[in-house]
Amino acid sequence: MKKLLTGLALACAAFTAQTFASEGGYRLDRAPIDQNDVVSRQAGARTFVNYCLNCHSAQYMRYNRLQDIGLTEQQIRDNLILTGDKVGDTMRVAMSAKDAKSWFGVPPPDLSVVARSRGVDWLYTYLRTFYRDPATASGWNNAVFPNVGMPHALWTLQGERSLQRKEGEGEHAAVEYKWVQMTPGTQSTIEYDRTVRDLVNFLAFVGEPAAQSRKQIGIWVLLVLGMLFVLVYLVKREFWKDVH
Amino acid sequence: MATEYTPKYTGIIGWVERRFPTPFIEFQKHASGYYAPKNFNFWYYFGSLALLVLVIQIVSGIFLTMNYKPDAALAFGSVEYIMRDVPGGWIIRYIHSTGASAFFIVVYLHMFRALLYGSHREPRELVWIFGVLIYLTLMGEAFFGYLLPWGQMSYWGAQVIVNLFSTIPVIGPDLSLWIRGDYVVGDATLNRFFAFHVIALPLVLIGLVVVHLLALHDVGSNNPEGVDIKKHKGPDGNPLDGIPFHPYYTVKDAVGAVVFLALFAIVLFFVPEMGGYFLEYNNFVPADPLKTPLHIAPVWYFTPFYSMLRAVPPLFNSQFPGVMVMGLATMILLLLPWLDRGRALSIRYRGPYYKWALTLFVVAFLILGYLGTETTNVWGQFGDWLGKADVATVVARVCTLVYFLFFILMPWYTARDRTLPVPSRIAD
Amino acid sequence: MTQEQKPSSTRRRLLVVTSAAGGAATLGAAVPFVSSMLPSEKARAAGAPIEVDISKLQPGELGIFEWRGKPVWILKRTPEMLDSIKQGAAKLADPESSVAQQPDYAKNEFRSIKPEIAIMVGICTHLGCSPKEKTAEEKAEMGADWAGGFYCPCHGSKFDFAGRVYKGVPAPINLEVPPHTFVTENTVVIGDDRKEG
Repeated sequence: MKKLLTGLALACAAFTAQTFASEGGYRLDRAPIDQNDVVSRQAGARTFVNYCLNCHSAQYMRYNRLQDIGLTEQQIRDNLILTGDKVGDTMRVAMSAKDAKSWFGVPPPDLSVVARSRGVDWLYTYLRTFYRDPATASGWNNAVFPNVGMPHALWTLQGERSLQRKEGEGEHAAVEYKWVQMTPGTQSTIEYDRTVRDLVNFLAFVGEPAAQSRKQIGIWVLLVLGMLFVLVYLVKREFWKDVH
Repeated sequence: MATEYTPKYTGIIGWVERRFPTPFIEFQKHASGYYAPKNFNFWYYFGSLALLVLVIQIVSGIFLTMNYKPDAALAFGSVEYIMRDVPGGWIIRYIHSTGASAFFIVVYLHMFRALLYGSHREPRELVWIFGVLIYLTLMGEAFFGYLLPWGQMSYWGAQVIVNLFSTIPVIGPDLSLWIRGDYVVGDATLNRFFAFHVIALPLVLIGLVVVHLLALHDVGSNNPEGVDIKKHKGPDGNPLDGIPFHPYYTVKDAVGAVVFLALFAIVLFFVPEMGGYFLEYNNFVPADPLKTPLHIAPVWYFTPFYSMLRAVPPLFNSQFPGVMVMGLATMILLLLPWLDRGRALSIRYRGPYYKWALTLFVVAFLILGYLGTETTNVWGQFGDWLGKADVATVVARVCTLVYFLFFILMPWYTARDRTLPVPSRIAD
Repeated sequence: MTQEQKPSSTRRRLLVVTSAAGGAATLGAAVPFVSSMLPSEKARAAGAPIEVDISKLQPGELGIFEWRGKPVWILKRTPEMLDSIKQGAAKLADPESSVAQQPDYAKNEFRSIKPEIAIMVGICTHLGCSPKEKTAEEKAEMGADWAGGFYCPCHGSKFDFAGRVYKGVPAPINLEVPPHTFVTENTVVIGDDRKEG
């Protein structure tokens, strides 16, 4: 029995989690987000409605669900709904998909579950690795998402940067990246990283609003099952006295 | 079994019993009067657990259909609607997605139990065959169900699998067109897969489960010793080494069920995506017929067979041999009762040949499963001396060979194996 | 085997406790399934209170607004209409509005917060048709003693300008007054009578 369980544990360990890949080969930074940090999530919500929601919808997310990150309906209405939407509406954009396609080549994707499809680390790195590239239509490029259709939406905050790629010596040497700040943004690097962290923290919430209550309920469920286990086990032992 | 039935209860239950004795008779036949060997171990939990998962999937499935929309334009959104707007909807959806994987885990372990103790052997050949049919139906059920969330992996997974049928010579292309009902996987495909997933296959599944259990109860359960308990009966006509299934195994299986549910709850509430194995990340992107994801991998329970498909080289520019191998890999399970010629049923009394063969088989199956989730260059390439072939492809070929040799050589190595003498009774 | 023996008291007690705990756990597990059949957030959002601007309503004009898929009437009653309400009690089935078809704050002579603003759900309490407004001038059609009100074309039920039902018509009770609240002089919220905090 013990041998068996060790075997099972080993088998499970062999299946390490699938990882999110970066198409550009750029190493992803770990997103330092905390799902219990509602202040960070609220800040992210403000960044989201001001910078992202103009083009990207979150069409499965209702504004009033933001009450889960500690906002009141009145605060949501006053600070976060910049369109004529009602508090029970979902986060849509006015721009039509057709217009968007002609402006950006591809319609800006809906961001409801982007944190689940891309992963938070990808988002955190992606939003911090835009650089100036005269070769592209928008004049912007990205280290994580090469030839991305989106221009750097947060560039006023981060400022303009350029990127020099240096291929390493030898066949397997890593590529070296050198970032150069061309014009300063309104935020310092530390401030900007924090802005992006908050935004990603918010997107993680939008990806699965139930995530937090899920874990709380889970603890209760396990407690109940634990109690049930004791009882059922006692019943089993009582009955099996006849057999042994 | 007595033909004359004497009611046992009084009061309201007795009133029902006198008028409608069938449930009482059947309960006695299949539970309180069904004698099972007294030495069931860990591996014997998975039968009842499979039944439990079936119930979980049916109940959660019914409630999902109340809000799911089988329409290419609405399906993805309706799943997110369930996850966000329907009260308790996310729990139901995670129950169903976790249950799908749990079903295969339980069924694979249940099948492995048969290989360990020879439960597929005479006189239980039909029990095994019904079981394999359940497994195949379950694969169909999982395949149809996986299209329904209408994410990228749903879409391209279905596209690839349906296209496998088009490799069949002559009728292939028309066949896959007929399966899809469109030139690509589309709204018609989604709608019919929904019909198969929610009604057609569940009916078949329930029917097969019933005959699986009836066939088992007619011949009686096997046990870890592989001895026939019916050979030694007491004066009351019941096997000396048997105990009534109810209450002894109902209470024991209840313990197993609670432990299983706790593990289930850990996944459901804390890691519902299970690192991308139970819910694939790319499936959170709506299906896009114009853009294939970089790396398509089926869900983990299909990956051993997917690996075989990729491992077999095309012949005359046709993938058909790979498809054949994949099909044969499942069909060969049906022959197992006749391939196995060992003198002992249980691995406890089998010789080294079978023990080694089974170990290699399981290892090969697990490696194939792992490789199916990865790209073929996951382990790099061999040098020029092996034509720069992907290491993983070569390993998958070896494992595929091991998988088939386990069956093909079975009549030979099981017959020649040095078995130990099997006791006639179960020791205390 | 113990099959025929009476179960011992420990065994029985354990079984009872465990069955009770198992039953309670099963009930708990049923909660998400049962609650999933309640109105979803989408349905709640669609049924959310509506805010109506009534500044443009002329005296005597009837505005029709949709709330939870039902027509809500807002009628700016003229002094003549209010008079007809005061005098018509004898012909009505429930002139005192004793049946709870209105919130407490509208249980008064005019069935409204402000006498001149009538707010009610325009669905006949008989079988759910929507009645039509018939003014006092339409005596030719409605009879000589008609003082104005609403008439249901489906089965001929009649109501006065406060939505009170006439005697001897199919509809049994008065029209429903929905919960509502005035947030400003000319803005009314239908469907919510809590004062905003």
